Amino acid sequence: MFIRKTRSVTSNGKEEGIAMPNVHRRTFLKYAGLGAAVITAGSLAGCSSEDGGGDVAPGTGVSLGTGDFAVLNYAFALEQLEAAFYTQVVATPYTGISDVERTFLTDIRNHEIAHREFFRKALGTNAIPNLMVDFSTIDFTSRDKVLAAAKTFEDLGVAAYNGAGKFITTPNYLVLAGKIVSVEARHAALIRDLISNGSFASDADSNGLDFAKTPQDVFAAAKVYIKTEIDANTLPK
Amino acid sequence: MNLQNIFSELEKQDAELSGRLDTRRDAMKQFRNIGRVLALSAIPLALGSMLKKAYGRTPQDVLAVLNYALTLEYLEAEFYATAITKTSLFPTPAALAAFTTIANHEAAHVALLKSAISGAGGTPVTKPTFDFAGGSLNLPTFTDYPTLLTVAQAFEDTGVRAYKGKATVLMENPAVLTVALQIHSVEARHAAHLRYMRRNLASAPQPALKPWITNAENNVAIIQPVYAGEDTDVQAGITITGIATEVNKAAATEAFDEFLTEDAVLAIAGNFIKK
Repeated sequence: MFIRKTRSVTSNGKEEGIAMPNVHRRTFLKYAGLGAAVITAGSLAGCSSEDGGGDVAPGTGVSLGTGDFAVLNYAFALEQLEAAFYTQVVATPYTGISDVERTFLTDIRNHEIAHREFFRKALGTNAIPNLMVDFSTIDFTSRDKVLAAAKTFEDLGVAAYNGAGKFITTPNYLVLAGKIVSVEARHAALIRDLISNGSFASDADSNGLDFAKTPQDVFAAAKVYIKTEIDANTLPK
Repeated sequence: MNLQNIFSELEKQDAELSGRLDTRRDAMKQFRNIGRVLALSAIPLALGSMLKKAYGRTPQDVLAVLNYALTLEYLEAEFYATAITKTSLFPTPAALAAFTTIANHEAAHVALLKSAISGAGGTPVTKPTFDFAGGSLNLPTFTDYPTLLTVAQAFEDTGVRAYKGKATVLMENPAVLTVALQIHSVEARHAAHLRYMRRNLASAPQPALKPWITNAENNVAIIQPVYAGEDTDVQAGITITGIATEVNKAAATEAFDEFLTEDAVLAIAGNFIKK
């Protein structure tokens, strides 16, 4: 069931519309064997979906579009990635997760889903399809590994929004990116504090500035987790 | 609502802005090219000189935003610089260390903004005289630890909202906008940590308080203006509550931080500025 397919395993437009995280098969089977039947029904349905109107075959690049659409689709892609990650974290909690951690991680999952669905609606017919993600490098049973991955995603998200703000030409969308990026920064701070209390902003530079990365650098960092090929060439440089 | 609707709505609201942006397109292109080769350490100077080069003179609205930001950073910087001298007030070394981290960032922001304003041919505003008791609020800010945390949280959450509210003014200058965004998200990290500190406060834990802002909730009446409007759950005409089964009203409001107008921010900050 969780063997990689040659096509995306999601169908677009569904409420659960994230690509099924590609958990390492052995890891998943271990969860299943333990009776951790926490993968949502929606995800399972997505797993067997072959009709997928907006599905994209890995190997053909998804175009992000141009102008503000490209920037918003870029954000949409990152939110898909984050939402899929936390959906998996909540579905298969790491060993020894505390109640507080579970609450925080569930909150973050919900925020990322809100962001993802917001972009899907705002972009309408210009939205890229659901991406297929690949988390096979992440051991979801390990607190250290999950929080390390979460830190990577959140810091990357902050860096992405900070770096892309200047490319947005519609004022209202810059405001919206601003409304989202500070929430990503709050996530990043909390995740960092869960790893090591007090490290919430320890990587700010000597000017007290947060990360800012170009879309090209962000995609290079995220590539390992996104199976669907994305054509980032239309993003402003 | 889709993007086209938003475009046309914005045009109605601010036809002048799109006109201004059009005429400045060439200047913006230049900014981007210069920005690409900039070393990080050169940012303050480069910001100023880029402002000048592109316009011959620095647009007053950009300078005004930088001075507005500087005023808030002065407030934060002096607050934290004072706080970390009251070492006995902090219950743990970690708490003092967190304040020291934030103090360093705020001092760096002050230096950066002053340098950028001067470099652009502007004049940095003079640092106001602050009253961290909040005037008639009469707060025991530097003698009572929970109050110290409350005031810190209020300053940080206000700072986040203030920068957010000025982003569109800075669109005409991508380099300045990027720096403002980089300060903005650091303030959000500070806010998240302070909220986490208050949540875990040994003497008075507050389990309902999270690093993110739920609805417009806050449990200290005097800082409630900081959270006005945070319970919005409609973004660009799209209702976020119920947008997916996981997203209830609380999550919808947590997922988006709202901006504050300059007037609202100055009304909050004004409590701590001696008239």
